[in-house]
Amino acid sequence: MSETTTRTPGFDSADPEARRALMAQVAPEPGSAKPDPILKVDRIVRSFGGMTAVDVDHLEVQRGVITALIGPNGAGKTTFFNLITGFDKPSSAREGAHWSFDGATLDKTSPANVARAGMVRTFQLTKALNRMTVLDNMMLGATGQAGENLLKSWLSPLWRKQEREIEEKAKDLLQRFKLLEKKDDFAGSLSGGQRKLLEMARALMTDPKMIMLDEPMAGVNPALTQSLLGHIQSLRDEGMTVLFVEHDMHMVRHISDWVVVMAEGRVVAEGAAGEVMSNPAVIDAYLGAHHDTDLGDDSLLADATMEALADEVRDEEEAQSEAPRTTEEGR
Amino acid sequence: MTMDAEARTLAEEQGKEPSKSRRALVIAAGMAGGLVLLWLVGQFAPGDVGSIARAMMREALSPQTAAVAVAVIGLNVHFGFTGLLNIGQAGFMLLGAYGFTISIRYDVPLVPAVLIGLLAAIVFALILGLPTLKLRGDYLAIVTISAAEIIRYVGRSALLTDFTGAAQGIQGKTYRDPFTDLSFFGSGEASIGFLNYQMTGVNGWWVRFVAWTLVALCVLGIWLLARSPWGRLLRGIREDELAILSLGKNAFAVKMQALVIGGALGALGGMIYVLPSSVQPDSMGRALTFFAWTALLLGGAATIFGPVLGSILFFTVRIFIKGTADVVVPNSLMNSQQTEQFSWIVVGVALMLLVIFKPQGILGDKRELRFNV
Amino acid sequence: MKVRQDLRQVSPRASGGVKLLLVALVAGLAWSLVPGAHAVPTLCMPSDTTACLGGTLRTDEGVVPDVEIKVTSPSGEETVLTTNEQGKWNLAAEEEGPWTLEVDQETLPDGVATTGEDVITVQARYGATTPGLIPVRTESYSSERSFGEYLAQSTVNGLRLGLLLALAAVGLSLIYGTTRLSSFSHAEQVTLGGMVAYGLVNVGGMNLWVGGALTVLVCAATGWTQDRLMWQPLRRRGLGLTQMMIVTIGLSLAMQYCFQYFVGARTVRVVQDNPDVLELGPITLTYQSLAAMGISVVVLAAVGYGLLRTRVGRATRAVSDNPALAAASGIDVDKVIRLVWVVATGLAGLSGIMYALVTNGIKWDSGMQILLLLFAAVTLGGLGTAFGALLGALIIGMVVELSPVFGMPGDFKYATAMLILILLLLVRPQGLLGKAERVG
Repeated sequence: MSETTTRTPGFDSADPEARRALMAQVAPEPGSAKPDPILKVDRIVRSFGGMTAVDVDHLEVQRGVITALIGPNGAGKTTFFNLITGFDKPSSAREGAHWSFDGATLDKTSPANVARAGMVRTFQLTKALNRMTVLDNMMLGATGQAGENLLKSWLSPLWRKQEREIEEKAKDLLQRFKLLEKKDDFAGSLSGGQRKLLEMARALMTDPKMIMLDEPMAGVNPALTQSLLGHIQSLRDEGMTVLFVEHDMHMVRHISDWVVVMAEGRVVAEGAAGEVMSNPAVIDAYLGAHHDTDLGDDSLLADATMEALADEVRDEEEAQSEAPRTTEEGR
Repeated sequence: MTMDAEARTLAEEQGKEPSKSRRALVIAAGMAGGLVLLWLVGQFAPGDVGSIARAMMREALSPQTAAVAVAVIGLNVHFGFTGLLNIGQAGFMLLGAYGFTISIRYDVPLVPAVLIGLLAAIVFALILGLPTLKLRGDYLAIVTISAAEIIRYVGRSALLTDFTGAAQGIQGKTYRDPFTDLSFFGSGEASIGFLNYQMTGVNGWWVRFVAWTLVALCVLGIWLLARSPWGRLLRGIREDELAILSLGKNAFAVKMQALVIGGALGALGGMIYVLPSSVQPDSMGRALTFFAWTALLLGGAATIFGPVLGSILFFTVRIFIKGTADVVVPNSLMNSQQTEQFSWIVVGVALMLLVIFKPQGILGDKRELRFNV
Repeated sequence: MKVRQDLRQVSPRASGGVKLLLVALVAGLAWSLVPGAHAVPTLCMPSDTTACLGGTLRTDEGVVPDVEIKVTSPSGEETVLTTNEQGKWNLAAEEEGPWTLEVDQETLPDGVATTGEDVITVQARYGATTPGLIPVRTESYSSERSFGEYLAQSTVNGLRLGLLLALAAVGLSLIYGTTRLSSFSHAEQVTLGGMVAYGLVNVGGMNLWVGGALTVLVCAATGWTQDRLMWQPLRRRGLGLTQMMIVTIGLSLAMQYCFQYFVGARTVRVVQDNPDVLELGPITLTYQSLAAMGISVVVLAAVGYGLLRTRVGRATRAVSDNPALAAASGIDVDKVIRLVWVVATGLAGLSGIMYALVTNGIKWDSGMQILLLLFAAVTLGGLGTAFGALLGALIIGMVVELSPVFGMPGDFKYATAMLILILLLLVRPQGLLGKAERVG
């Protein structure tokens, strides 16, 4: 994956100090400019009937770090995701709505084109393809498959070799996400958390530049949550940009390098994880929505646990770097 | 679908190819064995049992059963693999039949005439797909059933009498000759026990041979497609189109391809359907579409052999019900016309029960109990 | 087709039958001497070497008997036919190709004239019966019937069809709205109304009003039973919507053949005698039609009022909007859906009775045509919006009846309605009153 990710020169995303230093340059205010934005969004408005669900004036997402998009339920996070990934159309389409990803304008593109540009998303309600095997789910993710062309699909020699390569890659990823032994099971038979993992792994099959996770932790049991968070961090460490949506801010504190807070459709605050939580606008937003914000169970993500996790991830990576890595040649 | 999907992934890496072939062989042998058994009963059983078995056997081998099987294979591409709700397959069949027979009546040679029939269905599929494939599934259902009826209305319109023969349809002998001329079976008759037909003739061994050969070719073609990454894409779209979009695939184009292929198979089925008889617009209406659906669900949607098994069973079982009702129920309770209707009522109820209690059909995977997950 | 049906329905009244037979014999003898054409005023059976030509000479007031028609074969042989008591003529042609028909103006009764061309050409084909339509009309007719009057009459007919469709379409739409199920068996519920009314009123001899009311109750009871025994358990099982839809297809098939089993394949009428006619300027309307339209308006208004103003109506709309939310806010969703089934099937039954009354009867497969019009109406208005269904039904009714006025051949009037539906989906897939749906 890292092969296709263009990195900010002189910036090692695996180094916490480097990340902190990089994001320290950024002003902690809504719509602030980033040193090397991979995604830029301008004037996106979406209203349903008379209600404005999303009204984002300007937002930039820094390349190579984990950005969390948080906010209380109903803040418009998922709608915002749908808009920038082409699954929904902004009401402001004719009034200057504009967004670009990695230099490419995406104002009027379909979901498929957004994904092909390198911005791949997952869904809040997991969209595992239930009556297909885990491996088939994975292999669907691969891009540029000759065998998906109707005319070539009849003749297996035209795609047999590529198919084997894709399968190897899929198995590598499944191994990494600890799903390899499930590869011949129906995706529908997996647990909720495993399906989230599968969806993430499937998104990675497309070799994205940025992965957008919509509430990856929702409905996942605590043990798997930790491994999920670990996976997200290791992706970042390999140089991928991660943008994820979460409504519980405590979940994101430990892993995000930058936090964007939305409330009632607008971006109300931005900042480093530690600081943004004390921003009055954020407290307002959360208290306005529900009062038990501070009662979140933080012990789950105690630093000791996170360190243990980081070690585990590192071990896995080492194991992986030894395994033969397949890259796609046709790109 | 699971049968081949699973078999494929397993086979490719672990050399389990034989197990898949074995399953295909078992199914094919089972079907052949069933037919042989039916033939034996028909040949040797006395009385009513024998005569019902003979009627069933004739129905099983009938070219029209083969024709419906081809159309059901097309429907399987739509619904079984892609999840497209085409409730107008009879419209594709009728269009294929019209395209083919009218071309021949205007002295177009056989092969171009077949291509014209296929082309008509392809254009029809494109027209129907364009407005609906981006919408929710029910829209395609409503539009296909409506469009199929439009074709029938237009076909039986008195204005087009010169082309379509209006409600009277087109007589078989006006278009059959180029097809029967191709026969290398010679003339005369041949019998296999009680199955006695002309070698070529109007409705003889030749049309049976061609029809069932085409069924076999379609099965082979669909098997090739279903095991390819394209087939995997179809199943992905069936499961969740949004997920497929999020992976950067052009789901619309793939759905359109599936609609076109299934529709063209429907048209091919329609051509076979009219070869031994005539083009009757009213016999290729909504009811025929529903029979195709019942056959598909009976055999097992998203399976390779399901459509063929389903079509054969559908027609023979109906004959069985009708024949049995004729024999068992006294005429005072149910006359022979009513047993005919009774058999259709049973078909309707069977369709309901099948969908509710065994949606995977006979050949489908047990784990795949539900359509919409 | 038409011709053959007409011939079959000729009931040989004793004296007429004998006379007809005699004419046939004499004519048969006479014409058997003419080579090439073999014309007898009895049923001609098409075969491999025989083509049939036939038709009925008819004005808007009735059939025209005893008119001579000169028939010329493609090779120029001439034959003269005479229409029988039912205005029918019939010819067994032994030559394929263009035959010409010409009415002998002398033999036309006073006040009847041909319209347009005097010589009609028809194509004879072996094994087929070709209808030869010779347009004739009463002379008073031509001066009476202008385009404006035709338009007025068709508009009223369209309104009538629209209102009847609306009764069924609103129900279909309510079912879709609350359960997301496109019910293919809904049109058979309409047929059921006509069939039950036929049984109670025509066969059972019940008073029309009492029988009608009872029919609606019976139909509503089928809705209750269906939901109790089938749809509710299936919803609880979590059966997919696609599966449910196929279940309705099976039900529709079973119901159609049940009608055929019990009633037969013929068209049945609720009331046997011909209804009285009301003439309002250019518009002719039976009192039954008038009553049907009145009842439809009242019932539709009541349904509309119920949906907008009553508690249960608001609950129904809440379930349509968001079942989960409705359930969370204390609405008994199952109860609402049960009620919707009862009301929808009751309305369909009412629609069926009136459809059978105003269109001179109902047949086992009438539902098929109705279903397509219903789907067109519901989709046109916006799937799941009851008021959209009402609007869609009125539009579809108008389109069906008005398209012949604007030159669409009568055969295509249903096709026109479908075509409009498909075109609308291209530009406004959510229908006229539907809201664009939120994706993702």
